[in-house]
Amino acid sequence: MKYEPKLPYQYIESYEPRIYQEKKTSRVNHIVKKVESLDELFDRIGLQDGMTISFHHHLRNGDAVMNLILDEIIKRKLKDITVAASSVFPIHTSLAKAIELGVVTQVVSAYMSGAVADVVSEGKCLYPCVMQTHGGRALSIESGKLKIDVAFIAAPALDESGNISGRQGKAACGSLGYAIADAHYASTVVAITDTIEPLFHIDIARECVDVMLQVDSIGDPRGIVSGTTRITKDPVGLAIAKRTIELMDAVGYIKDGLSFQTGAGGISLAVAAQLHLKLRQNNIKGSFASGGITGYLVDMFEEGLFEKLYDVQCFDLSAVASIVKNANHQAISASQYGNPFNPKNMVDQLDVVILGASEIDLNFNVNVTTGFDHRILGGSGGHADTAYGSKFAIIVSKLVSSRISVVVDRVTTITTPGETVDALVTDYGIALHPRHRELIEQLKKTTRLPVVSMKELLDTANELCGVPQTMLPKDKIVALMEYRDLSVIDVIRQSEIPL
Amino acid sequence: MMNRPTKTGIAGTLESNDCQVIVEPTKDEGLIIQIESVVKARFGKQIETAVRDTCEQLNLIGAIVSVNDKGALDFTIKARVETAVKRSL
Repeated sequence: MKYEPKLPYQYIESYEPRIYQEKKTSRVNHIVKKVESLDELFDRIGLQDGMTISFHHHLRNGDAVMNLILDEIIKRKLKDITVAASSVFPIHTSLAKAIELGVVTQVVSAYMSGAVADVVSEGKCLYPCVMQTHGGRALSIESGKLKIDVAFIAAPALDESGNISGRQGKAACGSLGYAIADAHYASTVVAITDTIEPLFHIDIARECVDVMLQVDSIGDPRGIVSGTTRITKDPVGLAIAKRTIELMDAVGYIKDGLSFQTGAGGISLAVAAQLHLKLRQNNIKGSFASGGITGYLVDMFEEGLFEKLYDVQCFDLSAVASIVKNANHQAISASQYGNPFNPKNMVDQLDVVILGASEIDLNFNVNVTTGFDHRILGGSGGHADTAYGSKFAIIVSKLVSSRISVVVDRVTTITTPGETVDALVTDYGIALHPRHRELIEQLKKTTRLPVVSMKELLDTANELCGVPQTMLPKDKIVALMEYRDLSVIDVIRQSEIPL
Repeated sequence: MMNRPTKTGIAGTLESNDCQVIVEPTKDEGLIIQIESVVKARFGKQIETAVRDTCEQLNLIGAIVSVNDKGALDFTIKARVETAVKRSL
């Protein structure tokens, strides 16, 4: 049985809380079996054709565990494996190879880039993959819809009894938020580490772990800071960031108690830096920042501008250093972060989220999953979760970059529905969702913010760039876009254009 | 009056949003345009038109015009072509 969401998407105003029991907390006399080699590990876990295995991505592009396991699976000639990985990065070449060999026949993930995204986009994976959100992934596991047979947890440190910490060891990565659901719900949990030593903090208790294995290296922590997590130096990007802060101020969110999240894109990080100055200047104290935590947020937190950091994933090593030493910098699980049915989920308590887009359309739908050519180049991560939960979701982007307009008639793929997006800030003006009619009038009357319509932005872009040739995909569906409540919001078809 | 290159003329960079244009002389009177672009699939026709129109306005003959485009807008492409042509004369 492959994982297949079926319910069609429809907008739901609020989700009724559901509590899913964590099954393993009562295993009092449980002993974690220590194995000495990959061979012994595989003999013990009894992995079979057709099973589902899972991985978490806190080591991001420095992760060595997924390749280690998939190389062994290829060697053992297993077939029809489903890989449920919280995210997939360019380093994960063994997964691409396993897909091409038919060893892996489905990938379920919230983000994919690199060789895996290429082979999936080219239709080489036997079953349609499922692109989730971070919160939706937790829900799918907790609700039992996504059944994991074996979870492989890259564990930066273990103690002798099998407790896991993300905060020490050679590849310390801080929060292990995305691995928590896997640890609690997978039939078998394997902790793989390169460091066994006494722990000062336990992130995943040994009750969840079945088998532990020590290897030479679980990965390179320098790979944690990869790809998108750098602030922009482009003056246009910085101007957009300033304009975003002016908008937040005009709408009334720059005040004591502000809760805030940014994506890790260059302009989003520039907004964090501008917010830092603004809060300091006006002596304003926010309540919390959440999500993937970066050094920019840590600086604000350590200066007292936010009371707490709720951290599902450390985006850089200064975030890792902070979670180790600061009690109010707290790790949260993906479910506490963004599971729509979790009654205390963080995204529902957010005031403002700043997010990127590769496309946004006239209905404010956002695509961060595919390029115009239908090739997969990323995924929601927490994009759709935070846009839904926050009171005000702001997309920041240059209108035109390398002749490609961010504003389009219709997005190639819907990652985040327009009903959950509030504003787009560009260098050519700010567009607000039409449901904010009163706010639009108010901003036009009382501020000098350049408020325009999405249609005006599209017209400007077409004037600058010309009208682009549309790219029709092939018929074959290569992936389903699963919204955070596990409904299907869109599909991705095979790309027509070879690399 | 027709313009014919006597040497290689280069203008532009390979930065994003820019293009690099190289104009070289040929033996015959023809005009050969070669285009590489990161957005060729989407804007190939527009780029070709911008380059050809500019060359024709400058009465260019006997030249190979090579464009390596990194997503430049039409006015950038036209300016780069014009400069490269003038540097080649």
